[in-house]
Amino acid sequence: MSESENKWIGKNTIRPDGADKVTGRAAFAADANMPGMIWGKVLRSPHAHAVIKGIDTSKAEALPGVKAVVTATDIIDFPVDTPVPLGIQDMRWMTRNVMAREKALFHGHPIAAVAAMSEAIAAEACKLIEVDYEVLPHAIEIDDALADDAPILHDFIEFDGKPSNIAGTLEHTKGDVEAGFAEADVIIERDFTTRPVHQGYIEPHACLVSVAPDDKTTIWSSSQGQFMVRAMTALLTGIPQSSIRAIPAEIGGGFGGKTIVYLETLATILAKKSGLPVKMVMTREEVMRASGPTSGSKSTVKIGAKKDGTITAAEGFYWLQAGGLPGSPIRGAAGCALAPYDIPNGHTFGYDVVCNRSKVAVYRAPGAPIGAFGVECVLDELAEELGMDPLDLRLKNAAKEGTKAVHGPTYPVMGYAESLEAAKVHDHYKAPLGPNQGRGVASGFWFNAGGESSAQVNITEDGNVVVTTGHPDIGGSRAGIANICAELLGIDYRRVSVLIGDTATVGFSNLTGGSRVLFASSMVVTESTNNVIGTLCELAAKIWDIDPEAVTWENGEARPAGANAGQFPPLTLEELAARANETGGPIGAGSQLNTAGAEGGFGTHICDVEVDQELGIVRVLRYTVLQDVGRAVHPAYVEGQMQGGAVQAIGWALNEEYVYDKDGRVDNPGFLDYRMPVASDMPMIDTYIIEIPNPKHPQGVRGVGEVPLVPGLAAVRNAIYDALGIRFNSLPMSPPVILDARNRKEAAE
Amino acid sequence: MAKIHVTTKINGEPIEFLCDPSETMLDALRNELGLTGSKEGCGSGDCGACSITLDDRLVCSCLMLAAEAEGKEINTIEGMAEGENLHPLQEKFLEEAALQCGICTPGMLVAAKALLDQNPNPTETEVRFWLAGNLCRCTGYDKIIRAVLDTAAEMREAAQ
Amino acid sequence: MTDTQYVAPQTLDEAVGAFAAGGDDARILAGGTDLLVQMEAGVVSPGVIVDVKQVAELTTIEETADSGFVVGAAVSGAALEEHPRFGEVWPGVLEGFNLIGSTQIQGRASLGGNLCNGSPAADSVPAMVAAGAVATIQGPDGQRELPVEDIPTGPGSTCLAPGEILVSLTFPPRPAGSSDAYLRMIPRTEMDIAVVGVGVSLTIEDGVCTAARVGVGAVAPTVLLVEDAAKALIGSKLDDAALDAAAGACSAACNPIDDKRGTVAYRTKVAGVLLKRTTEIAAERAQGA
Repeated sequence: MSESENKWIGKNTIRPDGADKVTGRAAFAADANMPGMIWGKVLRSPHAHAVIKGIDTSKAEALPGVKAVVTATDIIDFPVDTPVPLGIQDMRWMTRNVMAREKALFHGHPIAAVAAMSEAIAAEACKLIEVDYEVLPHAIEIDDALADDAPILHDFIEFDGKPSNIAGTLEHTKGDVEAGFAEADVIIERDFTTRPVHQGYIEPHACLVSVAPDDKTTIWSSSQGQFMVRAMTALLTGIPQSSIRAIPAEIGGGFGGKTIVYLETLATILAKKSGLPVKMVMTREEVMRASGPTSGSKSTVKIGAKKDGTITAAEGFYWLQAGGLPGSPIRGAAGCALAPYDIPNGHTFGYDVVCNRSKVAVYRAPGAPIGAFGVECVLDELAEELGMDPLDLRLKNAAKEGTKAVHGPTYPVMGYAESLEAAKVHDHYKAPLGPNQGRGVASGFWFNAGGESSAQVNITEDGNVVVTTGHPDIGGSRAGIANICAELLGIDYRRVSVLIGDTATVGFSNLTGGSRVLFASSMVVTESTNNVIGTLCELAAKIWDIDPEAVTWENGEARPAGANAGQFPPLTLEELAARANETGGPIGAGSQLNTAGAEGGFGTHICDVEVDQELGIVRVLRYTVLQDVGRAVHPAYVEGQMQGGAVQAIGWALNEEYVYDKDGRVDNPGFLDYRMPVASDMPMIDTYIIEIPNPKHPQGVRGVGEVPLVPGLAAVRNAIYDALGIRFNSLPMSPPVILDARNRKEAAE
Repeated sequence: MAKIHVTTKINGEPIEFLCDPSETMLDALRNELGLTGSKEGCGSGDCGACSITLDDRLVCSCLMLAAEAEGKEINTIEGMAEGENLHPLQEKFLEEAALQCGICTPGMLVAAKALLDQNPNPTETEVRFWLAGNLCRCTGYDKIIRAVLDTAAEMREAAQ
Repeated sequence: MTDTQYVAPQTLDEAVGAFAAGGDDARILAGGTDLLVQMEAGVVSPGVIVDVKQVAELTTIEETADSGFVVGAAVSGAALEEHPRFGEVWPGVLEGFNLIGSTQIQGRASLGGNLCNGSPAADSVPAMVAAGAVATIQGPDGQRELPVEDIPTGPGSTCLAPGEILVSLTFPPRPAGSSDAYLRMIPRTEMDIAVVGVGVSLTIEDGVCTAARVGVGAVAPTVLLVEDAAKALIGSKLDDAALDAAAGACSAACNPIDDKRGTVAYRTKVAGVLLKRTTEIAAERAQGA
C-alpha cells in the first residue's frame, strides 16, 4: 500500500485511552480499592549481606489489627540446582528475590510481609518481627565481587572450578580476531565503566489482590505483562493459573522494570491467609532500594582498522552486575555491541557477576547501551586517529542487508547506513559550535522481539469495533492498533475501541517488552481484522445470494465484484452488523500467533553540549535522533519513543547513579538525589524518522522503543570530548568528575 | 487518634471529610474522597505527580496536611475539564501526544494550567523551569513543552 | 504508633503556648516541605503539629518606613515573589528563596522553615546572611532578636530554645548603590540541593565597594558568614585582584565534607568560582540600582 493510500496508518490520531489519561480517570494499580481491603507492608533487610538464622513473627501476629504474616516458608521454593526458566527469568532466583530465603542479599531485600487493617499498623507490625541475622561482609562493586578474597554470595555458584561470584558467561565469535588484529594499521583498546541506573518509572509498584476461599484469585497490578504476573504468581504460590485472573491496570511507566513480580506474590499469600483483599504499594524509597536497576559494568573494547578505515577485528569483554541473584543482561551487551558493523573478525564475551545490590531488572534494550558505549567511544577515537569523520568511519563499516553479524544473524534489508547518511546531511551536523561547545555522534542496535500475542476483534451490533489485545499499553500502542484496524476496515479510527484484556478475557500474550508490542500485536490484529472482513464479505454474499469470492471490502463496505460488480448497492459495516442476526450471528475473530520476523533496529544520535569549565557542568544544547523505524504507524508516538529514550540516555551519561555507603546501603533512594533529567535540563529533542519497511511484517513495522537509549551514552561522551579534549571512559560524567579531569589536564599542560 | 473534621471546597464544590491529623492531602483525596487522579510518585515533593492548587497556588498535595484544607479552595485534575469540554491543555496534550504512560499527566496538566493562568505567554525556558518539579520519564519533555506553548498561543488567539 | 495532634492557632501567643506545651515532640508547620518529608520518611512523628499560617505576624510582608522589610517566617516563596517591592530591593534574597525546590515547593516553602530546618545547604540562608537579616523569635519567656547566621548550630539544629518560634525576618534599609545576588551549584538545572551556594550583598559608591557581606552554604556544618571575603571586596573596585582575593578567602573558609552531593575538593574550588560570579551579578545590579 503506498503512502498516499493510507488514511490512518502514519497519522497522529487521538489515542483511545486519551481522555481517561488527561482527566485523571485512568485507573492505575494504586487507584484500585475493594470493600474490606487491608494493607500489606514489607519488612526489608537492614543488611547488605546476611545469613537469616531465624525469624520470629509472633509479636507482629499478636498486634491488634494484624491479619496475616508471610515469610519465605510460605512461598514455593525452587532448589538452586535445577533451573526453572520462565521467559528470560529463572524461578529459582525469582522466589529468592520476592522474599529472601537462606540469605539477605542486599539492603532492602524482603524478609517478611504483613497485612493489617491499616498501612500504619502493618508498618508497626513489621518493626515487631525479630530476625536473627549473621551479618556477612558485602561486595557492592564488580571489583569487590571479583577480588580473590571476595565474599561469595552463593556457595552453589562455581566458576573455573571454584566458588565464585561469576554466575554465567556468554560468548559470540566470528572469524579469527587474532588474525584480524594482525591486519590492522591502527588498534585502539580502552577500558570503560558504567554505573547501575534505575528505570525511573514515576509509578511505584502496586497491586491489589483478592483470593476467595476456593483459591480463585484476582490480581490488579501494574506490570508489563498480566500473563507474566499470572505465571509467576502461580509458580510461587502453587495456585493453578486457571484460578488466577490477572488484570492489567494502566501502567505508569516500566521501561523493563515491571517485567517481573515483586509484590503480587506476597499480596496473594497475605490475601489467602487473611481471607481479605490486600493492597500493597511501594514507596519511592522501596522502589529505589529493592526494585531492579540495570547493571553497572566494566568492559574492555579493542578495535583494529586499516588506514582507510576498514575494521579488521573487534573484541569486547563485559562484566555486568546482576545484583544479588544471577541474571544480568550480558546477552544485550555482548550481542548488541558490534551489531551495527560489518566486522570480519569479532569476539565478545560477557560475565554475569553477582553482588550485594538489588537484583537487576530489564531496562530498555537491556545491556545494549553498555555494549555500545565502549565500542562507540573507541570508534570516535579511531576516527580521530585515522583523520576520518566519525560518521564516515561508521558508514564505511556499516552493516547492511546480507551482513552476518558477530552475534549470529544475517541481516535482511534495514536502514542503519541510511541513519548515518541522514545524519551527515542533517542541519544539526553542520551547525556551527561556539566556545566550550562540542558535538558527538554514536550509533546503536537492539534485537527487537516477536513472540506470542493474541487479539480479538469484534464488530458491535451497531457496526463499530472493539479490539482486545493482551499487552499493557505503556506508551500509546493502543493508538497504533486503532490506526491499523481502522485502515484495514476502511472506517474512521474513532469507531475502533482498543482495550487491554486480562488473562481471562484474551489469549496468552507475552510481555510488553523487547520493542515487540506494536510489531506483534498488529500482526494478530491484522489477521483477526482480515478474518472479520472475510466474514463480512460472506454475510454480504449471503444477502446478495452471490459467491463470497465475488465480494470485495472497500472503504468500510462490502461491494459486489467481478461479474456482479454494480449489481447491488454496497453494504456498510453498520448495515451488515445490523443484519448479522439473520445472516449468521456475531461477527468477530481472534488470532493467536507466535510472531517471528522482528528484525533488529538501528539508530544514530547527534549531540551538542556546552561545558562550564569552572564548575564542570555539562548542558545538552541540541540533540537529534535518527532511526529506521520500519513503518511509523503513529508518528507522534514513534517520535516520543525516540525522544524519551534519548533523554534517559542523557541522564545515564551525566548524572544518574546510585551512591552506596560503607555498610552497603543506597544513600540516595529518592528522586532528590537520584538525579533524573528534569524539564529545564533538556533542549527539544529533534527526530528524524527513516522508514524502511520490515519485509516480514504486514505493515512494515520494526520495534522502535529500545534503540533510542543505546547510542546516547557515547553520543554525549563524544560531544564532551569535542568540547574539552578529554575522553571520559567512565559514567556518569557528573560535575565533580568533569572538573577534576579538567583540572588535571590543565595541570599537566 | 481522633479524626479531624475538615470543611473545604474541592473543584468548586463544598466538601466535608474526616482525616487523621497527620494524613496528607494526597491521601485524603485518594483514600477518603475517591479523587485518585492525583498520583503519588515519591511522597517527598520531588515528582509533582500529586500537584493540585490550594487557593490558586500550585502545591504538592503529598506535602500538605489534609487538615490544612479547612476553609480553603482546592482544585485537582478532576476539576480541570468543564463538563464534557476538555480544557485546551488537555485537548492539546492529546493532539500532540504529550503523554505516553500517563502517570505524570494529571500533575503536569494541573501545573501547566497554573502557569498559563498567571502567564498566558510564557517562553520555552519559563515553561521548562515552571515544570521542572514535574518529572516525566517517558517523553523526554519535548512534546509536553510544545503542547503547553501551543496551547498558550491558541488561548491567546482565542482571547483576542 | 504516635498519636499526632494538629492545631492551627490564630495568635502568636496561642502558637507559642501550644508549641511550648507540646514539648520535644511538637513541630512547627509552616510550608511543611521539610516536615512532611521527614514524617513520610519516618524520621519524625510529631506529638503536636502547630500550623502557624493563621498567625498574622508570620504571614505578612511589611515594608518599613525606611524601606527595610519585615517578612513573616511562614510567607511562601511564591507570595514573596509577588510582592511589588521586595524583589527590587533584595533580588538576591528572593532568588535564593525561589531556588528552593520546584514551583510546587515555592507555593509553600518559607524563609523561616528553610532557616529552622538547619540545613547547611538551605538556599535562602546564605543570601539572608549576606543581607544582614535579623530573626525575631518569640518564646514563652518573650521576644528576642538574633542575626540569621547565629540561628543554625549544626546540620538539622538551631539555637532556638524549647517553645521558641521564629516569627519574622527583618531586612535592613538599603543605602543607594546597594544590591545582592545568590548563585548555587547544582548538577541539574533545578530540583537539587545546593552543592555550594553563595550570597553576596554589597554597596558601591563611585565605583568603589563600600560595604559587603558574603554568606556561603553547603561548605560547613552551618551556613558561613565569610568576613574575610567581604574584607577583600570592601574598598576595591571589584577588579580581578579583589575578586581573586575574595574567592581565595571564600575557598579558605570552607570546611566541607565528601558526600553524595559533592566532594571536599569540588566544593572548595566551586565556592571561589561562585563568589566571583555572584559578586559580579550583585555589582551589576548595585550599579544599576
